[in-house]
Amino acid sequence: MTVEVLLQGIVGGLLMGCIYALIAAGLSLIFGLMEIVNFAHGEFLMLAMFSTFWAWALWRLDPLLSLPLTAGLLFLLGVATYQGIIRWILGAPMLAQIFATFGLAVCLRSAAQALWGADFHLVRDPWVQGRLSVGGLYVGLPQLVASVGAVVAFGFLYWFIRRTETGLALQATAQDRQAASLMGIHTERMFALGWGIGAACVGVAGALLTIFFYVFPDVGATFSLLAYVAVALGGFGNVPGTLAAGVIVGLVEVLGGLLIAPALKYVAVFAMYLVVVLVRPQGLFGRF
Amino acid sequence: MPRRLRIAAGLLALGALLVFPLVFTLPFPRHVMIMIFLYAMLAQAWNLLAGYCGQISLGHAVFFGAGAYTSSVLVKQLGLTPWLGMLAGALVAVALSQVIGYPVFRLRGHYFAIATIAVGEIVQTLVINWDWVGGARGLFVPLKRPDSFLNFQFHESKQAYYYIALGFLLLALWITRRTERSRTGYYFRAIREDQDAAASLGIPVARYKLRAMALSAGLTALGGTFYAQYILFIDPESVLPLSLSILICLVAVLGGVGTLWGPLIGAAILVPLGEGTRVFLGGTGKALDLVVFGALIVLVSVIQPGGIMALAQRGRRRTG
Repeated sequence: MTVEVLLQGIVGGLLMGCIYALIAAGLSLIFGLMEIVNFAHGEFLMLAMFSTFWAWALWRLDPLLSLPLTAGLLFLLGVATYQGIIRWILGAPMLAQIFATFGLAVCLRSAAQALWGADFHLVRDPWVQGRLSVGGLYVGLPQLVASVGAVVAFGFLYWFIRRTETGLALQATAQDRQAASLMGIHTERMFALGWGIGAACVGVAGALLTIFFYVFPDVGATFSLLAYVAVALGGFGNVPGTLAAGVIVGLVEVLGGLLIAPALKYVAVFAMYLVVVLVRPQGLFGRF
Repeated sequence: MPRRLRIAAGLLALGALLVFPLVFTLPFPRHVMIMIFLYAMLAQAWNLLAGYCGQISLGHAVFFGAGAYTSSVLVKQLGLTPWLGMLAGALVAVALSQVIGYPVFRLRGHYFAIATIAVGEIVQTLVINWDWVGGARGLFVPLKRPDSFLNFQFHESKQAYYYIALGFLLLALWITRRTERSRTGYYFRAIREDQDAAASLGIPVARYKLRAMALSAGLTALGGTFYAQYILFIDPESVLPLSLSILICLVAVLGGVGTLWGPLIGAAILVPLGEGTRVFLGGTGKALDLVVFGALIVLVSVIQPGGIMALAQRGRRRTG
């Protein structure tokens, strides 16, 4: 294997890792807020991709143009999920919490299959296509745009959580629900907001992915597995940690594919995760 | 219910189950009953680890697959009877469970659940790429004629499968009942409630978690061999997918985790629902029944996280 191939792979892995990180960020935010893992996260991503696809198929809206629409729709879906399901199981045992979102995942995925069939769809002729050549390395423009978009969205999320008053209220709620509510923070509203933002992150990621990736009912499965790994690797609830973890996942995936075998790239990712949590059960950047 | 009445009711139910295939001779009702027994047994095996010991595994398909693959490979390569293959499969599953459990049990809660998903995905991918066991194409168990007990094949009528599945279910119920009332069972529940407190009381937490895992994995593997001999075809998509791991838990969760009868109740509801909608909605694919499935799971989790058993117990408390 030549150095070029390896470098090419690393660049690809870095780009993909940024998107994984954005998907994982939403998951991590929700977990940090109320210690619930959204097992329907991948299905949210799938819906975001279908929303983007249909905006293109029906109205010829480019994914980049319909992105705000998709993010908004997913925000509403997140809030609705909180109000309709999560609010009722906040104090329930972990098993009930796991299966509430698992059930939602099964429901959404099969509904998508019943409505739109199991076919693969692709947005043809998006605005960005082709590739760049930088010093002998080729970079797909859609991938580049998507990951830059993901990093920008990630930065915006980080700014929102750390710098705005609402973001601080979110953080306060995550740290101590009761104390926050004594300080006059409407914690229920913060939970709903957290679900909205978490889903909106997936909305952005889904819209960006649709530029170069196929859309089908099961598309969320792989991405969400990688997102769980990224979240657990970064340390549950640690949003900045997921950025590093997402990029690591992207890199290991590509390097595993190149150095071991393409078919085994996810084995490399999951094995890497198991090795890491063996040494640090709380994840790379986890506090507890 | 007084004890004597309960025993009488139990015997009556068992008698009804024993004559069922003699009354309903069509393949479909028998098939549905076999699937109920199989899933009830798998869910009970999962329940031993997750319901009683509190370790929520989302990778139990690994053990099911271990049972299915071990016996099938042994039949195919060595012509070994599936009955011995089944024991070998259970041993493989128990060994695997210890190898997997040793590291993974250091993790708690969601970390544990996600790690078991990761293990499941690793195993499925490895088997897909392992040509010696058929890879992604899967494995046909050689069809033997005529039917014989030694070959574990009874295709002329499904009656024998029915009784074997029923036997496995009774075995799983018996093991659970025994565990429930033994010291081991109390240790399991103590670990489930608070593993730090259990450790501080001198319970060897790690050893008992591994014991629960071994018991659970071995039983699950028996189900895997049964499935392989019943369907006569296995591939990574049918015996190792994440969706199977989840279905196993769903059955237990719907019925009620940490209870003896929960998994059976869950299977008695979910399996006919699944098979029925599959038959009646036919050509539309599996999607619509799964929409109902999913909604049902959400409803149960939100309204009654304890499953149907908890609902029944609450009803009983109210009436007297």
